[in-house]
Amino acid sequence: MYAQLVSAEGAKSREDMTPEENAFQDRIDRGEKIEPKEWMPEGYRKTLIRQIGQHAHSEIVGQLPEGNWITRAPTLERKAILLAKVQDEAGHGLYLYSAAETLGVSRDELLDLLHAGKMKYSSIFNYPTLNWADIGAVGWLVDGAAIMNQVPLQRTSYGPYSRAMIRICKEESFHQRQGYDILLKMCLQGTEDQKAMAQDAMNRFWYPALMMFGPSDKDSVHSAQSMQWKIKINTNDELRQKFVDQTVPQAEYLGLTIPDPNLKWNEEKGGYDFSEPDWSEFFAVIAGNGPCNAERMEARVTAWEDGAWFREGLMAHANKQAERRKAARHAAE
Amino acid sequence: MSSEWPLWEIFIRGQHGLNHRHVGSLHAPDAEMAIRNARDVYTRRNEGVSIWAVKSNDITASAPSDKGPLFEPSNSKVYRHPTFFDIPAEVGHM
Amino acid sequence: MGAAVAAVDRAAFVEWLERVGDNALVLGHRVSEWCGHSPVLEEDIALANQALDLIGQCQLWLGLAGEVEGQGRSADNLAYLRDAAAFRNVLLVERPNGDFGQTLMRQFLFDAFHIELMRALKASSDPRVAEIAAKAEKEVAYHLERSADLVISLGDGTEESRNRMQKALNVLYPYTGEMFHDDATDKAVAEAGIAPLPSSLRAAWDATVREVLEAATLTHPGETYQHGINGAGGGKRGVHSEYLGYILAEMQFLQRAYPGAVW
Repeated sequence: MYAQLVSAEGAKSREDMTPEENAFQDRIDRGEKIEPKEWMPEGYRKTLIRQIGQHAHSEIVGQLPEGNWITRAPTLERKAILLAKVQDEAGHGLYLYSAAETLGVSRDELLDLLHAGKMKYSSIFNYPTLNWADIGAVGWLVDGAAIMNQVPLQRTSYGPYSRAMIRICKEESFHQRQGYDILLKMCLQGTEDQKAMAQDAMNRFWYPALMMFGPSDKDSVHSAQSMQWKIKINTNDELRQKFVDQTVPQAEYLGLTIPDPNLKWNEEKGGYDFSEPDWSEFFAVIAGNGPCNAERMEARVTAWEDGAWFREGLMAHANKQAERRKAARHAAE
Repeated sequence: MSSEWPLWEIFIRGQHGLNHRHVGSLHAPDAEMAIRNARDVYTRRNEGVSIWAVKSNDITASAPSDKGPLFEPSNSKVYRHPTFFDIPAEVGHM
Repeated sequence: MGAAVAAVDRAAFVEWLERVGDNALVLGHRVSEWCGHSPVLEEDIALANQALDLIGQCQLWLGLAGEVEGQGRSADNLAYLRDAAAFRNVLLVERPNGDFGQTLMRQFLFDAFHIELMRALKASSDPRVAEIAAKAEKEVAYHLERSADLVISLGDGTEESRNRMQKALNVLYPYTGEMFHDDATDKAVAEAGIAPLPSSLRAAWDATVREVLEAATLTHPGETYQHGINGAGGGKRGVHSEYLGYILAEMQFLQRAYPGAVW
C-alpha cells in the first residue's frame, strides 16, 4: 500500500528456524504483540523499518499533491477542511516515524534515505492534482484505498506500529468522507463543468489507486514472510478486490463512470471483475519516472535543506540555555 | 546530523481529570518547544488539558519479559517508547 | 441592531470589520502556503494550526461584516468576490513568506499587535465583536507565545539564524506603522466604543517588541520610514502591494472561473 514494494526474505519453515525464531513465531501466532526491546529476528526488524519508513515517507510526500490546492480551495470552509486534513497527514507521518524510531533508526536518518532516493514512498503521490475534483478523488479513492490497508494493520504484530495505525485510523475516518463530500457536491449539485471535472479526476485516479495495493500476488514474491510475521495481513489482490467492490457502488451513486470497459459483477465470486492496471506504468513510477517524481522529491529536499538553519538555530539556543542553567546552578552553590 | 532534535515522550491529561497518559513522541530542541509542539501535534482534536514532556533518554523502562538477547545490545540505553499509544477501548475487538 | 451600531456610520463599521477580517484571511493564506514545505514536521503541524485559527477568525469577522452591511453577502462572497482594491488588510500580512525567518518575524510583529487588539475588543460596545474577540484572543495569545519564543531562540541561536532574523526584522519593520495609524474609519468606530483607536495599542506593542528583540539579541531598527501612511498608499485604504493581486488570483480562481457554482 503505502509500502508497496517492501522486500523481505521468503518465509522460513519451522524446521529451518532457530529456537529463538521458533519462540518468536509462536508468540506471533498466539497474537502477542512484539515490543521494541524484545528479541526479534534481524529480518523482521529490517523489514519493519523499511515498511514503516515507506509508510511515513508516503504521508509526508502525500501532503504535496493535496497541499497544491490549499491556496485555491473554492470556499473558506473547504480551505479549512483541506488544511486540517493535510495537517493530519503530517501528524501521521510523525507517528509513523516515531514507531520506526523504536527499531533503532532515527527520523533524520530515515529522511536522509528518502532524500537520497534510497527509500521509496507510495507511487500514488507522483500523480498531479490538476483540478479541484482531484482533491475529492484523492480523499475518496486514495484515502479509501489506504484505509483498506490500514484497518487490518491495526492488528499487526509490532506493538508501536499497531498503535500508530490505531491512532491513524481513528483520525483518518474523516478524510475519505471529506473527499467523497467534495464529489457529491460537484456531481449532484454541480454544473456540467463540475461534473466533467469529477469524471476527469475519476479517469486519472482509478488505475493509480488500484496500483496502490502493489503488484499482483502472483508477482509479489515477498509477501509470504511478511504475512507469516503479521506485518502484512492481507494479500495485495485481496485488498484490491475489496476496494473495487466497495468503490463501484459509490461511483454509481455519484454518476461517475469507472474507466474500465471490463468492469462487471461476477455473481459466482460475489465481486466485480475488473482490468488490471498497467503494471509497466507502475514500475516506471516506482523507478522515478512518474509525472511528478522529480517535483515531489525536489520539494521535500528543498524544504529540508532550506530549513537546516532553523533546526540548527533552535538547537544552538537550547544548548546555550542548558549551559546557562548549569552555570547559574554552579553560581548558586 | 548534529542538529537532530532530541526525542520526547508526551503525556496528556484529558478533560475528565484522569491520569496523564502517554500519547506518543515528537522531536523538539528543548522542553518548552516540546510542550508547544505537543499542544500542536497531540491536542489537535481537543484531547487534553495538561501536557507533560519527558526526554525519552531520561525514561527508565523495565526489562522485557523474554529471556532472549536484545536486538539492541546496550541495556543502559533505555527504550525510547515504552508504550507508543494506548489502544482505545472502542477498537478492542479488532 | 444595538444602540452602538446605530450610533456609528454603518459603512465605517463594515470597513473596519473588513480590515480585521482581511488581516486574518491574508495572513492565514500566507501561512498556509508553507503546508508541506516547512523545516520540520512539528513546525508543519503548528503552522497549519495557526492558519486554521486565522481562517476561522476571518470567517467570523467577514461574516459579521456581511451581516452589518445588510446586503446578503456572506464571508465567502467577501473573500472570493472582491477585487484587491476592496481588500482592507495591512501591507504587512501580504508580504511574501521569504525564508522561514521572515515568515516568523512577520507573524511575531503582527501577533504582538493582534493580541492587544483582541484584548481591547473584548470590551467592545458591540457584543458580537466582543464575542469574536474573546474566542480569537485565546488563539492569538498562543500564536504570540510561539512566534515570540521562536524569534528569541533564533536570534540567540547560531550566527546564521541571528543574521536571518535581523534581516527579516529590518525588511518588515517599515510595514508595522500602518497597524497603528488612525484614520477616519478608526475614529468613527472608536467613538462608538466598538474598537480602540489603533494608536492606543502602540505602547503595549512597542514594549512587547522591545522586550522580545532584546532577549533575541536583535537590534531594534529604530525610527524608519513607514509604508502605507503617507500619500495615498496603504492596505487599510485598499492601495496594496503587487503581491495581493497574485494572492487573490490564486485564492479566487475557482469562484471566478465558474461563477455561481457551488462547491
